Amino acid sequence: KMHLSYSPLPNVMETAFYFEQAGVGLSMDENYHIFLALKQLVSMQPIQTCRFWGKILGLEMNYIVAEVEYREGEEEEETEEEEVIEEGGKEGSEEEDEEKEDEPPKSTYKSPPVVPKEENRTGTNKFIYFVCNEPGKPWVKLPPVTPVQIVAARKIKKFFTGRLDAPIVSYPPFPGNEANYLRAQIARISAGTQISPLGFYQFGEEEGDEEEEGGAGRDTYEENPDFETISVMELVDSLSNWVHHVQNILMQGRCSWINPSQKSEEEEEEGEEEEKAEEPDEPQPEVGPPLLTPLSEDAEIQNIPPWTSQLSTNLVPQYAIAVLQSNLWPGAYSYAIGKKFDNIYLGWGHKYSPDNYSPSMPPPVQTEYPSGPEITEMNDPTVEEEQALKAAQEEALAAAEEMDEMEEEEDEDEDD
Amino acid sequence: MDAESLPYALDLVAGSGAGLSSEKRAALRASLLLLRRDYRFERVRFWGRIQGIRGPYYIAEGLGGDRAGPRSRLYSLNCVEWSLLPPATEEMITQTAGLKGRFQGDPSYEYDPTEKKGEENERIYEEEGGPMIKEEIRLVAIIDQIDKAVGIVPRGAFVKTPLGPVHENRNFEGLSLTEAKKLNSYFHFTEPVNLKNRTLLQKADLDPSIDFLDSLEHDIPKGSWSIQLERGGSLVVLRSLLWPGLTFYHVPMTKQYGYIYVGTGEKNIDLPFML
Repeated sequence: KMHLSYSPLPNVMETAFYFEQAGVGLSMDENYHIFLALKQLVSMQPIQTCRFWGKILGLEMNYIVAEVEYREGEEEEETEEEEVIEEGGKEGSEEEDEEKEDEPPKSTYKSPPVVPKEENRTGTNKFIYFVCNEPGKPWVKLPPVTPVQIVAARKIKKFFTGRLDAPIVSYPPFPGNEANYLRAQIARISAGTQISPLGFYQFGEEEGDEEEEGGAGRDTYEENPDFETISVMELVDSLSNWVHHVQNILMQGRCSWINPSQKSEEEEEEGEEEEKAEEPDEPQPEVGPPLLTPLSEDAEIQNIPPWTSQLSTNLVPQYAIAVLQSNLWPGAYSYAIGKKFDNIYLGWGHKYSPDNYSPSMPPPVQTEYPSGPEITEMNDPTVEEEQALKAAQEEALAAAEEMDEMEEEEDEDEDD
Repeated sequence: MDAESLPYALDLVAGSGAGLSSEKRAALRASLLLLRRDYRFERVRFWGRIQGIRGPYYIAEGLGGDRAGPRSRLYSLNCVEWSLLPPATEEMITQTAGLKGRFQGDPSYEYDPTEKKGEENERIYEEEGGPMIKEEIRLVAIIDQIDKAVGIVPRGAFVKTPLGPVHENRNFEGLSLTEAKKLNSYFHFTEPVNLKNRTLLQKADLDPSIDFLDSLEHDIPKGSWSIQLERGGSLVVLRSLLWPGLTFYHVPMTKQYGYIYVGTGEKNIDLPFML
């Protein structure tokens, strides 16, 4: 990977040349157009590193995706983030003491706390992505991705139309439009398929302990100046010679786990009694494979190996390059030779699953009210039971009267 | 796509992301020509590449005089040596219908279709020299299915002679730009299914010599084709969403068209959820 600090523009043509040997890639014309489009992007934005991430096909138009890192301190201000759909806005009802009689009772539903998104430059938001429909069209910056979006993206499978503002109509509803869905898929693909030869990247000199932050592990890497190149044959033979250099995304939708109920500390001050009653159990911290995990640890997909490795040519092995294709994300390719390697994605943007996609079922119907004995229907007592009860009551009454009479007699006796 | 225009055509479909390395192109140029001579085909086409887990299959097909007649298909693992595939039969298609998952990349690999039924049945079947299906057969069936389902040609490219055989239309000069953007300008190049169901009123507008095939308009599910204009309108690319990997190209107002399949050989059954 070319990492020249004075020119962030990647050498797209060189990468294209290598990928062509693998039988992968766009036409040379298109590659050159992309090259020039990236040059334009680099000149317009304060960019530290830039990479051609790939092309995602869509129904009406396609997306050319560039992966970019801003220069230090040059981050643009966050434009107003789209509010994630929250139903917790009804919390205020508990504080109101009076209920107006003509309004129905407000819901006491509190949505589970939202997992906060990761800061820019960390985790899933480590890179910023720009897309354009065709080289030459203006680059549009994709918004940062939130964990909710990643979790939702895992449950749906939709084609991209090519228009960033297109709504995503799906079940479960996706919190966002096509730009957010695109960003979420890019994050998932990057986490799953961006790989490099073993040893190219290494962890930097750590100042803190590895155990800090709940064992989240290291999330930064740097190039290894002492990288010894691995021969192409070895790269093809064994998957343990490749490592992931993008952090794995946990089930939560983030790369570093965070306990969402920590946020409720603020809310506890406002309404203590209700909060404590409803707090769920402490969620278990999620752990994923650490950064720079070799590919040999990747899970198989129902007997299919997760990666297919090949030499680019058998006829001229001394100049062949090693090519890896992902079977989990069809369209993700990587090549390596000597100190050069790169990843690219050319495809529709969906994960491979040997089974059909089944949309998730709607949740079970919520209970409206707790069932207790006071509202549970019981059989009306039969006539016999009523009579028996009446007889028993009369007996008890008669016994009580006798007791009273006896007491009165005793009193009379005492008076005498 | 025709072998003669292969290098140029590969450039046009490269927008889908899949192509051939220069080594394979060089090999194909020579070997397809040799195929044509050896098998006495009138036309040889490079059909595409099916990606197996361990390696790809390169598929070529050869046609005789009647373009709508049965086509011979050949496969190769390295674009140099080609083996003829048996013609597809109904039986093959039903046998392989239950096979799911990727191709292995080894033509002699045997699938065990009774795996799911349980052990007892397996033992019985094995004694009979059972229905272990070779990957070659699956390959034949899949290629046939893909071609029948999504092998398309522009309207007017082929003409049906009164005697029956179908020939290329030498007067075909390409679709115009407006026609090229419509789905009904493209036909499935296979036995028509919907043609007879058209009303008489619709049939009145058709030209029986050209319109003897099903158009794409009535494909189910609706929207299973993606039409895009590339290169500023000088190239029309259709991509199938039902069999992802099939790319058809046509340069409007010229005779150039063709399709290629580069993919894993699996149908996209999730299509209705994805639209």
